[in-house]
Amino acid sequence: MSDFTFTIDGTEITAKEGQTIMDAADDAGIYVPRLCDHEGLRHQGGCRVCTVKADGRSVSACTQPAAPGLTVENETPHINKLRRDLVEMLFHEGNHLCPICEASGNCELQAMAYRLDMTAPTKFPYLEPCRPVDASHPDIALDTNRCISCGRCIRASQDVDGKGVFGYVGRGIHRHVAANGEDLSHTDAEVTDFAISSEVCPVGCIIRKRIGFATPIGEREFDKGLIGHKISAKRDD
Amino acid sequence: MTPQTTTTPDQGEVARICDAFQSDPHRMLDILRDVQDRFRWISRETIRTVAEKTALSEIAVEGVASFYAFLSQEPKGAVTIRLCDDIVDRFAGLPEVTEAFENELGIKIGETSADGAYSLEYTPCIGMCDQAPAAMINDIVLTALTPDKVREICEDLKGGKRPQDLVSHRFDDLTPYERAIRMVDNNIRHAGAVLLGTTPADAGLKKALDLTPHQIIDSIEASGLRGCGGAGFTSGRKWRFAAETPAERRVIICNADEGEPGTFKDRVLLTERPHLLIEGMTIAARAVGATEGIVYLRGEYVYLRELLQDVLDDRRARGLLGERIMGMAGFDFDVRLQLGAGAYICGEEGALISSCEGLPGEPKTRPPFPVTRGYLDLPTVVNNVETFCHAARIIDRGAEWFFEMGKKGSHGTKLFSVSGDCLNPGIYELPYGLSIRKLLELAGGEDAAAVLVGGPSGTMIARDTFHRELTFDDLATGGAIVIFSSNRNILEIVEYYMSFFVHESCGYCTPCRVGNVFLQKAVAKFRQGLANPADIEYLKDLSSTIIETSRCGLGMTSPNPILSTLENFPLIYSAMVKPSENRIRATFDIQSAIADARHLAKRRSHIFDKDFGE
Ligand SMILES: Cc1cc2nc3c(=O)[nH]c(=O)nc-3n(C[C@H](O)[C@H](O)[C@H](O)COP(=O)(O)O)c2cc1C
Ligand code: SF4
Ligand code: SF4
Ligand code: SF4
Ligand code: FES
Ligand code: FES
Repeated sequence: MSDFTFTIDGTEITAKEGQTIMDAADDAGIYVPRLCDHEGLRHQGGCRVCTVKADGRSVSACTQPAAPGLTVENETPHINKLRRDLVEMLFHEGNHLCPICEASGNCELQAMAYRLDMTAPTKFPYLEPCRPVDASHPDIALDTNRCISCGRCIRASQDVDGKGVFGYVGRGIHRHVAANGEDLSHTDAEVTDFAISSEVCPVGCIIRKRIGFATPIGEREFDKGLIGHKISAKRDD
Repeated sequence: MTPQTTTTPDQGEVARICDAFQSDPHRMLDILRDVQDRFRWISRETIRTVAEKTALSEIAVEGVASFYAFLSQEPKGAVTIRLCDDIVDRFAGLPEVTEAFENELGIKIGETSADGAYSLEYTPCIGMCDQAPAAMINDIVLTALTPDKVREICEDLKGGKRPQDLVSHRFDDLTPYERAIRMVDNNIRHAGAVLLGTTPADAGLKKALDLTPHQIIDSIEASGLRGCGGAGFTSGRKWRFAAETPAERRVIICNADEGEPGTFKDRVLLTERPHLLIEGMTIAARAVGATEGIVYLRGEYVYLRELLQDVLDDRRARGLLGERIMGMAGFDFDVRLQLGAGAYICGEEGALISSCEGLPGEPKTRPPFPVTRGYLDLPTVVNNVETFCHAARIIDRGAEWFFEMGKKGSHGTKLFSVSGDCLNPGIYELPYGLSIRKLLELAGGEDAAAVLVGGPSGTMIARDTFHRELTFDDLATGGAIVIFSSNRNILEIVEYYMSFFVHESCGYCTPCRVGNVFLQKAVAKFRQGLANPADIEYLKDLSSTIIETSRCGLGMTSPNPILSTLENFPLIYSAMVKPSENRIRATFDIQSAIADARHLAKRRSHIFDKDFGE
């Protein structure tokens, strides 16, 4: 099969064989909101924020193969409501106190909340986890109280760094990210790893010691534009 | 394996356990199960040894060890007692049984005795709902427990008896089948024409040899057979997809995970018709060109392991498994047994495949579907126990014979597992299309106020709809029928089932991992009388988000206990809501909200403590 076309919110776009809906949308400059997916990493399909309707069926755009003639709904009030619910769930699952968080302004969860107009107090209860912070490593700390289980650190370490510093343990609401072995100091993690870079963790769990707040608040990534603006900019060109 | 009570596992022994599985990372679950049985826990050191032997990272091993409920990273008692705490058991006297165990052993639920002799814990439905309350004592199952029985059991254990001696003093002399039926009653209440009547040995397999793979698949498709595990996919089509996917190797997996609370029909087939099951799998192997088979047996059914192992050995010895089956050149197929370790989600076919591969039981991303890329990326057919048994009978008796039974769209017979408030709980093999009312008559459950069809992921119906029929188009079920009389508190039932889903969610995706916790909390609010009218809308709204965005069938059905009772028993919710008088939510308690702050500030509040400053 060669290239084919399908539509997203009425716009016809071209896709290549083997692309997911999200891959094809990215190429066409149409942003599908996402948290667990990241360019260059395997798809996980866990956060569900990329939920779209494909021929009327809800699917995750990051894992669903594009298909000829598919009709995809992306930015509809209904879908954005689902996404807002999911983002609220993630806020309530962890402990998020943005004003005192080093990630504020660079944080994809926070930016997604802005994009989805999550401005009023939310309806869900707070789960208030209390997970120990792993500060054993000389250069890196891991605070999973803010973790959204996107698994990006896990895949980045395995597939890009060739290491395996992180992994999931536990199940259900107790499932969480942990370091390989006893703690971070027992791993071969280095602050120069891709998995540790500011690009990988979408929130503020992986902390590079001594370089916090290097960029002042107000000049950070999402102080400059809504999350997704870089992808949509492609279309405006 | 003899459990040992020492708390430091001998790492040489751990390494030998790995060797027994060629240190194959795909056999991780078997390795960890054996380590757990032998040492009663999986220590950090053990994880390190297993990781080294299997060339995996420690975190990969820990991911598996921490996923399954029957594996433990803390030392468990040499005798681990797991009480089924399903709602059916609670209504059948579980609280008294629990209390008796706690008193006799001197430990609470969730604890291990200081000498490392006993652990006591709760576990979800173990498939003995027709003889509740039930428990597992290590690998042994005991049913119909009473406080008196518990006292006897504990005395015997303390007197040095092994768990198996509780079943019979001549346990070692019994055959695996005798052991199984001494532990667990079959309770076959109605035998139908297909499965529980007479089933001539391997008659279907003999006929399959004279058919081409195409003809077998055509026949299965023409019979109208649909999957008996709950989803009801047309079996012939599934087989055809796998057969048509180009591959060197293909795999047949039998789903014997039977985890849906209230379902225990596969338990009876595995006990009474194990040859028919393997016959069906062998026919499927010929139809799709598979050489490998796996029976995935839930950890709770470990008491059937020997029985099934014997059946496999016997069939190998008789040339019914292995190379050149029944002398036919090129017909090679063998089956291994894979034990689970306490995870309902492993009944979902992708999770089941992950588990067979030695991974945590997480569902796989679909597409690809197992028929094109399943176990180890090979085309894989996953069918329920009952589906394979039916297939063998269809090849023997012909598609038409099966098609004629039941109703349009739901052909043949079905095993129903009936439990709860009725006189005759047990197994009923009946043609599809029976009404709930008729089934209640047969089971002596005419007083039912509510019937749960298909388990918690199914539908709870009320008396005014008992005329509804058991078919795929009306009330679909993998077999569970749980009957509740008017004495039962529906909200208690709903809250229990929501806690079940919270416990069993794999945690991979946001809506199911987090949303179900919120649902459970919301139902608890109703039970406490703290809900307000808006909370009914909240339940519906949150449920629809979970259903629409979840990654697998668990999350897509987990709100069903709430949604089906909201629809069919609306009064139980509306009776519990109170509009709030002061616009403050009833759940909000300012005094407890400021307690921590008070404590930290070491003073009381100007505003909320009226006596401040006095
Ligand atoms: C959460 C969940 C649990 C399931 N549990 C079982 C089970 O215990 N046994 C079973 O046969 N199918 C179970 N299924 C259905 C399987 O995914 C699959 O559809 C079935 O095994 C296919 O076999 P069948 O077509 O013969 O029914 C479950 C599905 C889900 C989503
Ligand atoms: S991780 Fe993001 S959302 Fe959470 S507290 Fe920090 S900035 Fe806020
Ligand atoms: S630590 Fe960060 S990158 Fe890793 S799973 Fe959690 S949120 Fe994602
Ligand atoms: S729906 Fe639940 S069980 Fe299924 S993948 Fe998501 S978290 Fe796991
Ligand atoms: S981005 Fe697709 S599920 Fe997270
Ligand atoms: S075994 Fe207890 S309800 Fe099924």
